[in-house]
Amino acid sequence: MLVIKDLHAGVGGKTILNGIDLTVNAGEVHAIMGPNGSGKSTLANVLAGRDTYKVTRGSVTYLGDDLLAMSPEERAWAGIFLAFQYPVEIPGVSNLYFLKTAMNALRKHRGEEELDAMDFLELVKKKVDLVQMDASFLQRAVNEGFSGGEKKRNEILQMAVLEPRLAILDETDSGLDIDALKIVAGGINAMRAPDRAMVVVTHYQRLLDHIVPDKVHVLAHGRIVKSGGKELALELEEKGYSWIEAQAGQQAVVGS
Amino acid sequence: MTVSTQAAGTDVWLRRFPEFLKESQAAGDPGWLLELRQEAMARFAAAGVPTTREEDWRDTNLAPVARTDWRPVAGNGSGSLVGQVEQEAALAGVGPLAVLVNGRFSPEMSDLSELPQGVILMGLPEAVARHPREVRATMEAAAKAGGHVLGDLNMAYLKDGLYLSLPAGKVISTPIRVVSVHGGEETPTAIQPRLVVSAGEASQATLVELHAGGGGSARLANVVVDVVLHQGAVLTHVKLENESAGGIHIGLTRVRQERDSNYDSLSISMGADLTRNDLRVLLDGQGAQCRLNGLYPVNGSRHVDNHTVIDHAAPHTTSRQLYKGVMDGKGQGVFYGRVVVRPDAQKVMARQTNNNLILSDEARAQSTPQLEIHADDVQCFHGSTIGQLDEEMIFYLRTRGIAGHRARQVLTVAFANAILEQVPVPALRKNLEHKIFPEAQL
Repeated sequence: MLVIKDLHAGVGGKTILNGIDLTVNAGEVHAIMGPNGSGKSTLANVLAGRDTYKVTRGSVTYLGDDLLAMSPEERAWAGIFLAFQYPVEIPGVSNLYFLKTAMNALRKHRGEEELDAMDFLELVKKKVDLVQMDASFLQRAVNEGFSGGEKKRNEILQMAVLEPRLAILDETDSGLDIDALKIVAGGINAMRAPDRAMVVVTHYQRLLDHIVPDKVHVLAHGRIVKSGGKELALELEEKGYSWIEAQAGQQAVVGS
Repeated sequence: MTVSTQAAGTDVWLRRFPEFLKESQAAGDPGWLLELRQEAMARFAAAGVPTTREEDWRDTNLAPVARTDWRPVAGNGSGSLVGQVEQEAALAGVGPLAVLVNGRFSPEMSDLSELPQGVILMGLPEAVARHPREVRATMEAAAKAGGHVLGDLNMAYLKDGLYLSLPAGKVISTPIRVVSVHGGEETPTAIQPRLVVSAGEASQATLVELHAGGGGSARLANVVVDVVLHQGAVLTHVKLENESAGGIHIGLTRVRQERDSNYDSLSISMGADLTRNDLRVLLDGQGAQCRLNGLYPVNGSRHVDNHTVIDHAAPHTTSRQLYKGVMDGKGQGVFYGRVVVRPDAQKVMARQTNNNLILSDEARAQSTPQLEIHADDVQCFHGSTIGQLDEEMIFYLRTRGIAGHRARQVLTVAFANAILEQVPVPALRKNLEHKIFPEAQL
């Protein structure tokens, strides 16, 4: 589904991603772990099309198409969803209106009929239960005045409504207490499907207690320095990131 | 040395004035009205049409007003504005309807059949004859307050308009519409209607005032509205400037509030080439409150200037202001808000906010708050912002499949929503959303 080759990207002339290679197949859940500043969020944002990051080398193919040539909205229409690390507050736009506009934009571009207000409300109410949100959230402005946990749950709600083929979750677990974490993880697990892939970016192993990944990758200095199964996450939990970073540093010296 | 003997832009008005006075006398206008006209003309002649050298007019150039040979026009003029009136009345929503055509009250086009019992709504000439005491007192007080040269010009040429009186204790649930349509002539025409509104003690009502242009040559609407809220009165006053290309709208609204009265103003400027609104509120009794909201979407090469002055003349008075400008194309938006708290007016609360959204490189916004506080136990706040759409918000919407141009629309409407939400009549709110943001499909 997603094939990343030798991806280099940076911001303001500073290189952050130093040659990422990654293949994600339909039905798989990949965890991307790594210390702060390793490039995890940059990778997530480059995949979603944030134009502050410039890709300098490499390619990203999504369902056979050149992902990097697509605008953020085109990526969304093609089924890509980014759950933001810091969801944006949008005063004056209700959650319900926002969700309906997004949903119908996707349907329109897929040649499907747009949903009217009643049908949409029915659909969204089911999804609200999934993230254990009160229906009153739908009437509030998007993320405005939401707590950290509410914002993250709102991201999962959007994912549940928009039903992407490839979901990229950028530190969806950070800043959550254990109850909120369980709700968010529950929402993500409920979304797992044979035709859907997920890339879960996280700093901590604890999210992976609840979402069991098929593959774990460790990012350091803008490269995937280690890949493995779910047991790799436990190893990281135990040993921390420093040994990986040291290893990566050596590799970088050897490589140059 | 050249000595200017005549102030700018007065020529056309001075020339026609003797004849106008003679006609008015012949029509039987009372002496006090003739006197007020003459005094006002003298003030106007001395001051002339304001220029940008004057502090109050620094950001708005009235040269198009001063240099045009404005002609009077009355009643239906040369064309028929019936279709336009119907359209504008529909935009204004529902409720009893009073229509002014080219500045003259038109009983034929008005529909006052549903006017609640006890409410007086009639043409100004009739009111001068039937309610001279009230009309005279309002006009004399207004003339005495002065301070607005075009308001003086309106007084000098005052001929028609409306008188609305809400009886004490009456709660009127349906809004009352006033629609003024002007234009359709081949020469530049000016109208100078006056609305006199008296809200009786503990009365409650909603007034929707709409001004529109009927095309044709250049049009000047120089409108004055005098409002008095008696003790405990509650009035919601919506003013819609829905002129079109070629139109100049100068509006002066003066409000005097007695004790415990509540005035809620919503002013939306939508279409004139040049709009200048002066809204002056005198909080003249303890516990009086006002809330002034404004929205000015300014595109093309339009210019909208909102000047508000709130005079806290009594203790325990409250004012809240929120004006929002959306500037696109080469549009220019100006907000000037003055709040005065007099020495004995303790325990006053005043809040003033002006937010501007700039959507193009050539659009301009100007924001000038001015607080003059002469009492010490007061809470005053003002804030103004001028900014663009937030790129983070745009990106967020795009990642959800909402295309860039649509994302900008959604966010622009969201910015204006804080004001549109205040529209007291649901049907009217819907109309305005469609009118202001036709592509947004809310």
